[in-house]
Amino acid sequence: MAAAACGGVWRRAWRRGAGAPAPRGQRAGACNARGGAAPVGKSGLTPWVAVVGLEIHAQISSSSKLFSGSQVQFAAPPNSLVSFFDASLPGTLPVLNRRCVEAAVMTGLALNCSINKKSLFDRKHYFYADLPAGYQITQQRVPVAVNGRLSYNLCIDNKMSQMVTKTVRIKQIQLEQDSGKSLHDDTRSQTLVDLNRAGVGLMEVVMEPDMCCGEEAAAAVRELQLILQTLGSSQAVMAEGQLRVDANVSVHHPGEPYGVRTEVKNINSIRFLAKAVDYEIQRQIEELENGGTILNETRAFDSKLGCTVPMRDKEGKQDYRFMPEPNLPPLILYDAKSLPANMNHQQVVNIDWIHERLPDLPSVKRAKLVEQYGILPEHSFTLLNEDGLTEFFENVVKQTQMKPKKVIGWILNDLLSHLKQHSLTVKESPVSSFLLADLLNLLEKKEISSTAAKQVLAELWKGEGKTPLEIVKEKKLELIQDQKELERICQVVIDGQEDEVIMMVLG
Amino acid sequence: AALKGGLRFQVAAALKEGHVTPTELCQSCLSLVKSTKFLNAYITIAEETALKQAEESEKRYKRGQPLGVLDGIPIAVKDNFNTAGIETTCASNMLKGYISPYNATVVQKLLDQGAVLLGKTNLDEFAMGSGSTDGVFGPVRNPWSYSRQYKEKSVPKSHSEDKESNWVITGGSSGGSAAAVSSFTCFAALGSDTGGSTRNPAAHCGVVGLKPTYGLISRHGLIPLVNSMDVPGILTRCVDDAAVMLGSLAGHDPKDSTTVQDSFKPFELPNLTDVSKLSIGIPKEYHAPGLSSEILALWSKAADLFKNAGAKVIEVSLPHTRYSIVCYHVLCTAEVASNMARFDGLEYGHRSDMNKSTESMYAATRREGFNDVVRGRILSGNYFLLKENYENYFIKAQKVRRLIANDFVKVFRSGVDVLLTPTTLSDAVPYMEFIKEDNRTRSAQDDILTQAANMAGLPAINVPTALSERGLPVGLQFIGRSFQEKQLLTVAKWFEKQVKFPMIQLEEVKRHDHSVFQHQKSASFS
Repeated sequence: MAAAACGGVWRRAWRRGAGAPAPRGQRAGACNARGGAAPVGKSGLTPWVAVVGLEIHAQISSSSKLFSGSQVQFAAPPNSLVSFFDASLPGTLPVLNRRCVEAAVMTGLALNCSINKKSLFDRKHYFYADLPAGYQITQQRVPVAVNGRLSYNLCIDNKMSQMVTKTVRIKQIQLEQDSGKSLHDDTRSQTLVDLNRAGVGLMEVVMEPDMCCGEEAAAAVRELQLILQTLGSSQAVMAEGQLRVDANVSVHHPGEPYGVRTEVKNINSIRFLAKAVDYEIQRQIEELENGGTILNETRAFDSKLGCTVPMRDKEGKQDYRFMPEPNLPPLILYDAKSLPANMNHQQVVNIDWIHERLPDLPSVKRAKLVEQYGILPEHSFTLLNEDGLTEFFENVVKQTQMKPKKVIGWILNDLLSHLKQHSLTVKESPVSSFLLADLLNLLEKKEISSTAAKQVLAELWKGEGKTPLEIVKEKKLELIQDQKELERICQVVIDGQEDEVIMMVLG
Repeated sequence: AALKGGLRFQVAAALKEGHVTPTELCQSCLSLVKSTKFLNAYITIAEETALKQAEESEKRYKRGQPLGVLDGIPIAVKDNFNTAGIETTCASNMLKGYISPYNATVVQKLLDQGAVLLGKTNLDEFAMGSGSTDGVFGPVRNPWSYSRQYKEKSVPKSHSEDKESNWVITGGSSGGSAAAVSSFTCFAALGSDTGGSTRNPAAHCGVVGLKPTYGLISRHGLIPLVNSMDVPGILTRCVDDAAVMLGSLAGHDPKDSTTVQDSFKPFELPNLTDVSKLSIGIPKEYHAPGLSSEILALWSKAADLFKNAGAKVIEVSLPHTRYSIVCYHVLCTAEVASNMARFDGLEYGHRSDMNKSTESMYAATRREGFNDVVRGRILSGNYFLLKENYENYFIKAQKVRRLIANDFVKVFRSGVDVLLTPTTLSDAVPYMEFIKEDNRTRSAQDDILTQAANMAGLPAINVPTALSERGLPVGLQFIGRSFQEKQLLTVAKWFEKQVKFPMIQLEEVKRHDHSVFQHQKSASFS
């Protein structure tokens, strides 16, 4: 059977008809990343293909909001970061924050988008308590960036050593305002509104439905997250809501038109994204195979139950009554060619200038690590995946004579696994790059064995402030370098074990 | 009486020379505000802060360091501009009691130049109307209703008709500001102009009403009607004062991204002696149905005036102007629907007691807070913005707007300097007659001659021209090129000088037989 374009071919759930239905969510990761053929289900039905598109909202990392001067800060006291404009006081007007535009341009360039030299702002209307103006300013007609692509890597069968590169098209990136937050107090049946977040700049990144399973979606988002963090255009911490992902999911038989899609919201980690998407795919397949239909609805992912549930649709089908934002002139961007000579540089955004200053993106960084240190490609992924780990690794390398290829083993197998076990970040590591380098130097100079080195490391984790050398001395872990001394010790051992020695000699 | 001889008493000079103090001026204005309370021109009188501001001004004069021409000059502001610490109501239940924490940029600029803010003036609710009759605080009465000129000429049709019901409207929606200037309670006032809301009441109240070019004056702090057409308007007794006000208000505001970046240089108006180089355009489409024969006659007389003085007067055509009102209806209501969405009772303003659900609270709040006119516009605006209608209404209206604007571009490109048109179809009608038609019909009729300038963003000014047969003011409008306010006002000033519009004769002003009032009656503060 020919592989589907995106490589994922789904079968109906295992064990259908064998008593209880398969527990949902169990099939996460069942997507066939190799793009190979998947067997037809027991029932003999045609296989299903899933289509996944993503809408990602990334909060722009900026000191002030998109259209007002109030500060942006996570977890500040409620309603402490609210300007007159944010509270939609009558007569206030939006003033575009240049930093937010630059962040969006930077992100657009990093995602290989074409940047629109003229983009427009629109109002999107709906009534909600945490949307004070009754509309959100967004870019519906002409967004700031369009037609990009993002490459990401996927490991096959969960093996880091087998990676494939995939590409997802980026439809557009638009600038828009974040909403405030509603806190529902059910016991007192009231809603409290916090407007600190209202008006914070967002980049909405729309990914085309080029993915076919949760794992692909998760990998694409992870790569996007790394890119945003590298650029500094967003902190992109999902747990803090700086990166919010909605997934559009549908299934169909190969060769047939796409199925009806659902939108899955309320996904707050990358792991849950994979789970939610896979669950939703499986749910749709089961629904269809049971003769049901898929509704074009919004569903929420319940991370505790590991399933998606229909969201109570408050207002039925919304008509957002879009109209141009009359208080903001078109956003004009320049490049080296179009930049007017007499223009104040503080007042214009120059695309070329931003392009020249883009930092190395994760894919480039990985390639450089592989080339410079001779490490395996999969190791470069791990290095970049953990915040600060690359720097840690490079610092250790700089301070030891040990070959980077060997250092990486210590970093990944010893340092990282320990940190993971104790839920620590690289920055929180009790063992600094300096200490680890010290230790590896002892090993490299053959002053200790690698077994002893592990013992020393175990001591270092305690964070008692001792140097590796002190620990070695204290625990007498030095390798003996003196030939005579070594012979003497051996003699003592031999003398004490006469019987065994005789047995050995006799064979 | 001193004015009739053409003597222009300059209040600013009187202040400077100490003939009158800011406090005296402020006090006499305040007492006149009180004795003309029946006009309903003011919603809020800011007596305490005004006196304090006057006191500060007085100190500056005593030190010999006044801030400029405006220092100590009593002014009034339409109640749709935010004023910190003073109620801003938009004549709506929705904002009754609302005290803004900030000043509109234009208000701040006036205060920074020492002006004394007497109070906030009445309007149609959220500036939606053309009579200043549809606000929650009741209609504004035209001071000319009580003038000797009107009383002498208007004979009650029958004895059964109450004389009291004869009073005429001010026009609107900045009727309160126009009435305030016309009745000598202040020297200048801010209005707003979206479809003629400054020029229309200026014409009916016999004062100068200037709508500057869109983008020249900041809208920050002006509670919007239609963001893409709103302009703060200036109401004064003479063209020179309008120029002074413009000079103190115009210029880029970082808080309003639609203001132009170019810096504005305040100007003094020259006394034009030679108009032979001028080309005055007479747009034939302004010969609109319903235009009174009286105004038509006045209009051609004015054209002759220019012609006789040597100016080139040519008929021009603005073919798309006749679509202006219907186009405006779509664009205006669409923006109204959007702009009014924020009034949900959560952050500020009226909130209904209804607490069954957030949605029912919204609905009740908005039903209680807005009048029928506002609700009607919200409803139709939302209809035009629906996905299925957007293309057929909103987009089309935008295209028509462009055509209307292009008509002006063509005419000005052909060499015309200034257009001369009537401002209103007739003189002010009695209130009892006005309310026979609904707000929508009235607005459609009354905006017809003023609206196109807003569509095109052009500067336009009403100059009081003559009294009608009924003894009421009639004004003519000049429309200029974008950002060519100086040229526009220079022509207007020349015209003003030729027509010698008579001064209103009000009992209430006469009664205040005090020397300070002599200053108040001066045609100009500058």
